[in-house]
Amino acid sequence: MKRPELWLYVAQRGSALVLAPLVLLHLGVILYAVAGGLSAAEILGRTRTSWIWPATYGLFVVAAAIHAAIGLRVVLREWTSWRDSSLDIATVGFGLTLLLLGFRAVQAIA
Amino acid sequence: MTTLEVEIWRGAEEGRYETYEVPSQPSQTVLDLVTYVQRKLDPSLAYRFACRVGVCGSCAMTVNGTPRWTCRTHVQKVATQGRVRIAPLRNLTVVKDLATDMAPFFDKVQEARGRFIPSDAAAKSVAEVPPEEPKRKEADAGIECIGCGVCHAACDVVRWLPEYLGPAALNRAWTLVNDARDGDRIGHLRAIAEDAGCHACHAHQSCAEHCPVGINPTRSISGLKRLVLMAAIRGRL
Repeated sequence: MKRPELWLYVAQRGSALVLAPLVLLHLGVILYAVAGGLSAAEILGRTRTSWIWPATYGLFVVAAAIHAAIGLRVVLREWTSWRDSSLDIATVGFGLTLLLLGFRAVQAIA
Repeated sequence: MTTLEVEIWRGAEEGRYETYEVPSQPSQTVLDLVTYVQRKLDPSLAYRFACRVGVCGSCAMTVNGTPRWTCRTHVQKVATQGRVRIAPLRNLTVVKDLATDMAPFFDKVQEARGRFIPSDAAAKSVAEVPPEEPKRKEADAGIECIGCGVCHAACDVVRWLPEYLGPAALNRAWTLVNDARDGDRIGHLRAIAEDAGCHACHAHQSCAEHCPVGINPTRSISGLKRLVLMAAIRGRL
């Protein structure tokens, strides 16, 4: 692909746009669950009644994996001398790990 | 007569600070200190200046850790307890003492295609560019750059990613893409959309903070990011 850094920039800013409202929603959900004193079973009882919860958190996981992997690559490129293709492979691996761990969590509430 | 304790970097990349006693004068500039040392105390001191009135952009140095134009920086403003420490600009190779090799800085302006490309229409007649036109205003906001390299020295991204085009070169490109007389807008955008181009900027705003003539290159770079994004989405890059 021509100009990979430009497209990585687009992907990172795009994923940030998706993440921003989802982070606020997630904080709201935490406050609601804690303030109401919901047990784990009660929370799962609510999330398992609708496909919207797994879908929302699935989107959160995808956006976070893209955003964090690209951001980590930028930090490592700038702060260390690690510049070759092994950095790309490592950060793609990091993103895939986040995706895997995230979807395990989503599966648990689905 | 009171004196100032002036520490000046001597050497090249490897070197040391040497301390000089310089008489304190009213309205004295940092460039005056360096000139006094070179004329009266040590003629082997290397530094660069030309106009002494903030126009040529030759005399930028690091003063007490901050990049500044020394000809327009009063000692009174920067001295701490009668001491001033003067070093060459950061992010550029030191040739000798306070003189840095500015070639990579100016090369980046060319890499960013920071030169006017006349259009056919502009070559045939005088273009009318009303002062109130929005693009003219954008170009005007960045056009007074004196090429001193202060923004380049202040930029952390230049330090971390030496191939990054830097705030001055990108600001120049921004003035050109807003110039109605320029005939190669897409060519300018292509040049600054490369891998070490405008998207490497983290908008830390050190360039805007330190620019001696009050330009905000971060704003110019943000404008370039938007234009490049739109051009890329439309497949015009």
